[in-house]
Amino acid sequence: MNRLKGSMLCVAGASLLWLAGCQRPSTDLVQDGYRGTGMQQVINKPSDAEKMLLNQVPASLPAAPADGPLASSIYQNIQVLKDLNVGQFTRVMLAMTQWVAPPDQSCNYCHGANMASDDRYTKVVARRMLQMVRHINSDWKDHVAGTGVTCYTCHRGNAVPKYVWFISPNESSASGLTAGNAGKNRPSLGLSALPYDPFTPYLLGSKNIRVISTTALPDDDHSTIQHTDATYALMIHMSESLGVNCTYCHNSRSFAVWDNSTPKRTTAWYGIRMVRDVNDHYMVPLTKTFPEHRLGVLGDVAKVNCQTCHQGVFKPLYGVSMAKDYPELQGVMHSAAMPEAAPAEGATAPPTASLH
Amino acid sequence: MAEYQNIFTRVQIRAPIYPGVALPRGAWVRQGGGGFIHLLGRFGDAQIGPIYLGTTGLLSLLFGFIAFEIIGLNMAASVHWNPVQFVRQLPWLALEPPSPANGLHFPRLQDGGWWLMAGFFLTASVLLWWLRMYRRARALNMGTHVAWAFLAAIWLYLVLGIIRPVLMGSFGEAVPFGIFPHLDWVAAFSIRYGNLFYNPFHCLSIAFLYGSTLLFAMHGGTILAVSRLGGDRELEQIVDRGTAAERAALFWRWTMGFNATFESIHRWAWWFAVLCPLTGGIGILLTGTVVDNWYLWAVKHHVAPMYPHVYAPVIDPATLPGAPK
Repeated sequence: MNRLKGSMLCVAGASLLWLAGCQRPSTDLVQDGYRGTGMQQVINKPSDAEKMLLNQVPASLPAAPADGPLASSIYQNIQVLKDLNVGQFTRVMLAMTQWVAPPDQSCNYCHGANMASDDRYTKVVARRMLQMVRHINSDWKDHVAGTGVTCYTCHRGNAVPKYVWFISPNESSASGLTAGNAGKNRPSLGLSALPYDPFTPYLLGSKNIRVISTTALPDDDHSTIQHTDATYALMIHMSESLGVNCTYCHNSRSFAVWDNSTPKRTTAWYGIRMVRDVNDHYMVPLTKTFPEHRLGVLGDVAKVNCQTCHQGVFKPLYGVSMAKDYPELQGVMHSAAMPEAAPAEGATAPPTASLH
Repeated sequence: MAEYQNIFTRVQIRAPIYPGVALPRGAWVRQGGGGFIHLLGRFGDAQIGPIYLGTTGLLSLLFGFIAFEIIGLNMAASVHWNPVQFVRQLPWLALEPPSPANGLHFPRLQDGGWWLMAGFFLTASVLLWWLRMYRRARALNMGTHVAWAFLAAIWLYLVLGIIRPVLMGSFGEAVPFGIFPHLDWVAAFSIRYGNLFYNPFHCLSIAFLYGSTLLFAMHGGTILAVSRLGGDRELEQIVDRGTAAERAALFWRWTMGFNATFESIHRWAWWFAVLCPLTGGIGILLTGTVVDNWYLWAVKHHVAPMYPHVYAPVIDPATLPGAPK
């Protein structure tokens, strides 16, 4: 009998090992589609409670008085926030200090003794990022709606947002004659063996994501399994970044057909285009502005994906709008062109002390 | 004293070693005198050996080993021969087929040539093992049912690995060798071709798969349940029905109104098992060659039911004027 118990325990222990990759118990299923179609969301209460703690919104600074002289009439070298008065301008600077700058450096993270000088690369980047925030809030309402974004949506108190990506160097195998890994087959993206870099083709480039045939019988769609793998990897990235399963956007009976999908799929569709816009028009042009230690191994700039803002939550910061408390960050006035850094001394921005 | 239990039993049948019937002329001899291993007796027959290897067995093992080595060494090379990483990442590692751009040409070794070679040796190994199975059955004057059932599985393997890729004009359509990678392939395959669940041959295959498990449980359960009445002597009861066969039959007639016999239940099981990969293989073969999107195919033929909309109709934003790229 004891031997039987012993072996039963062994079996139980071994099966627990197999469960190591699973979610903790206490999941809930919430139906969000027609009954019997599997349209439901998996809610994991313990991990949701943890995520809640990690995604708290900091208190907003008190609103600035609406009147006052324009900051640009008092300060020099203001290129983006020209429409703000001094109070509003100072408020944005303070907020950025809280949201982005390392506490031990504060204003000094971007500004030297001459506040107007562009000799710190961080200031040049910050200026472009302000343009980006205004651009997102005014031109990407299809994705961010009225909630909008602030610096905090991505930065969360870090100088560099926690979730950014660089182009993965192509991993070669040990010898030229042996097969490589074809850009996949590594523990990545939700522990799948799918391509580990779906970002370069889809979020930097604009490779066609759609791989599912739109006709019942073979026609002119020659999408390959490899192409499907890459799209699948991007979708797993979105699922992981938002902490949702496929049926948040899709009806799993047909991933492709739009009239079977949920309205969230439209929001996500615009999100992909927004990320491409941010990477192609805001991050990549800043490549030369950043010092080497901020770049990837291939010398590419840090780029954004869904995780950069969402951080595991279906709506960043659980949909709490910080932007509504910061009218300064709405798209009051913006120029599409990237401002030139003032050609001050040391305009090439010598690398500041490494923060790594 | 050992007691016979009909779920888990500690009774082991031990008889003098049985070397097997005389072999026909020209065959290899069986090697080894045979012996007993107690632990094996807990799961099956405690007697191990004598072993018959034969030409086909030897070549099958050799080719299988070559395929195993090609796959394993390429996987090891992909983690720079690091044994720790090899073990840690093994479930993710793979030997990939050639890229789709390669079509049906023989690519360079590192671009899928190894995959083709591994596939060749594995196929040769499997076919030789099939031949060995067939010939061993003939040598024992048995029927060849097992070999034909094995061929059904080989059919599915060949459809996935070579027949369908050739019809599609690209080795890139084939399955990678690897644990998770081949699972990802299965998922990607279903996604690309519009959901395999709407493929009627996939439906049949699933029905036979689940049916097989059901039949297996029913049959295994029935025989164990009547073993105390001599039901374990199934074959004798086929032609000379005793109380075990009568009671088992009555049990099923009572529960579901119909019963198989001690003989026909084995045909049920054999056909269900064989039809599972047979129909599955047909389903794979039609995918991409004849049907490109199974969901749309099912809609076209009124197979897929339509459900009421829960949300306002969602429009593909790419079709709207001025949509971003």
